[in-house]
Amino acid sequence: MNIPTFKILEPGLLTTIQDMGRYGYQKYGVPVSGAMDQFAMRAANILVGNDENAAVLEITALGPKIEFITDTYISITGANLSTNLDNIPIPRWETIKTTRGSNLTFNEIQDGMRAYLGIAGGIDVPLVLGSRSTNIQSSFGGLEGRSLKEGDIISTLIPIDAKLDFKNLPDTYLIPKYGEYHEIKIILNSQENIFALEASQIITQSKYIISPESDRMGYKLEGPKLLHQNGPDIISEGNPPGAIQVSGDGQPTILLADRGTTGGYTKIATVISTDMSKLAQALPGQALTFKSVTREEANKSFYEQEKILEMMRSKDVLDVNLYQGQTISVDGRVFEIQDGTRNLTEVSTSTVNTDSKQKYSAKATVNNTTHNFEIEIGRKS
Amino acid sequence: MYENIQLISSGDQVIFVQFGGEINPDINRQVHDFDKSLHDKNINAVVDTIPGYKSLMIQYDPMQISTENLETKLLEIKNDSSEQIPRKKTIVNIPVLYQGKYAPDLEFVAEHNNLKTEEVIRIHSETEYLVYMIGFTPGFPYLGGLPSRLSTPRMSTPRLKIEKGSVGIAETQTGIYPASSPGGWRIIGRTPLLLFDTHNDPPSILSAGNYIRFCPIKNENDFIKIQKLSEKLEYKINIEIVS
Repeated sequence: MNIPTFKILEPGLLTTIQDMGRYGYQKYGVPVSGAMDQFAMRAANILVGNDENAAVLEITALGPKIEFITDTYISITGANLSTNLDNIPIPRWETIKTTRGSNLTFNEIQDGMRAYLGIAGGIDVPLVLGSRSTNIQSSFGGLEGRSLKEGDIISTLIPIDAKLDFKNLPDTYLIPKYGEYHEIKIILNSQENIFALEASQIITQSKYIISPESDRMGYKLEGPKLLHQNGPDIISEGNPPGAIQVSGDGQPTILLADRGTTGGYTKIATVISTDMSKLAQALPGQALTFKSVTREEANKSFYEQEKILEMMRSKDVLDVNLYQGQTISVDGRVFEIQDGTRNLTEVSTSTVNTDSKQKYSAKATVNNTTHNFEIEIGRKS
Repeated sequence: MYENIQLISSGDQVIFVQFGGEINPDINRQVHDFDKSLHDKNINAVVDTIPGYKSLMIQYDPMQISTENLETKLLEIKNDSSEQIPRKKTIVNIPVLYQGKYAPDLEFVAEHNNLKTEEVIRIHSETEYLVYMIGFTPGFPYLGGLPSRLSTPRMSTPRLKIEKGSVGIAETQTGIYPASSPGGWRIIGRTPLLLFDTHNDPPSILSAGNYIRFCPIKNENDFIKIQKLSEKLEYKINIEIVS
């Protein structure tokens, strides 16, 4: 069962259906696709009570004109493309109720490149190899494997909750501002015999401009050349998301959502997971600089992002950062955080550094019963 | 059996397992054996894997596993497999029509190598080719094993459209186009099989680590017959498993 929910009156520049992407088939040469700004896309779904992986619209630079043909709840996240509902500007990053017959329009680009339209229930198109994401190069997924056009009628699945809680971003987190200059965090690859010695300095100390030839497959960059020691070719291997490959002309290209699964060019560095979302909001012609970070810093930034999403899902989330090496004590039992924020291992109380302890009161609701308890966050000594 | 593996991390969600520095079937076989062992371990945090010629790319969720813990698990796989996994060879037979409009460059390849066209067909179709990896576009196999007697340079001006299923030669490589695209390979035949179809799971007829053999089709009628069956997903592909 699905509900015809909206009609495309004007398609905009490039409006596609995307979810978190198509995994498990890269070994058959199938690109991941999926939303370019995964953070904004997942937030858009949480705001309308969907599973994070529900399909949304990815709206690129020049947005569509949409008419709703049923009452529903929507959210707009990501870029600020001057969104109006019946000619009245609407807030971004929060739940909005729309009624049948109302028109959603996007006007000039104010900040960022890609906006996401989340809709209660999630867009209903067939799953292709486990995902609803559009793969334009190979014409599958999404709606008939293409970007949306005038006259398309888009249906949604039945929402999990008929009545939604209105949600917004956590109070401590401001609506992202993307700006015109972007500092992107990278982890440098081991450079042995691949690039000239000064290449890692050049990439972290120079400014690169995003070329107009950029798209969802990759951003081509223009800036100081990165020189190879033994030529640009390597034996073909898998392409990691965010890998910065350098071809024979010394110019870097960042591999993005629609990247080919394998490639034969040298790669100097990889953009960290969270900064892929930042990159998605950078426009051709804008400038990028790269900052080299450690994997620990990348993990920290990832955990912080996950915590924001967790807080949006539930108001009862504790607003502290937890990462590997910290401990939590509950009712006298101490747990050490192993991986991310999910895996805990019980350890002896004596392993906690006594100076590091901080107490929090917390509340948890299980089967409609609310429990109040105190927890203590510490660090291993 | 994995002698010199190296774990190379790339960013915060990818590790490469490197098995050697060159393209050869022994190293490539380790890539596929390791991939299989990793899948058998069923680690939820492993999101996807991509076998390459000599490396396995592993994408993981850093929220669910730390890089260090994943590395430990990968070294366990290495240490657990003290002997070679007895592995049978899977040979997928790909029917090919080496004639007429389906083979526009067959004569060029023959002339270039001082062979008759029948000899090109015979040499090309009696060889087994290893699918080292799949990539570039959905379902595109990187094949190894083209006899040097058939190697032919690419076209200086690529064609704007090469029909899907076209079988071609470029330098020392042979390959099949799973979808229509521009390209500069010398086309010596065409398969009526749909190599890649999202209605199938897996979507690709070929998997990395398989071998393929090209089987000449007699005439256009047979080609069309196989094509129709393949489109309806009713063609029974001849797959040999030999030890």
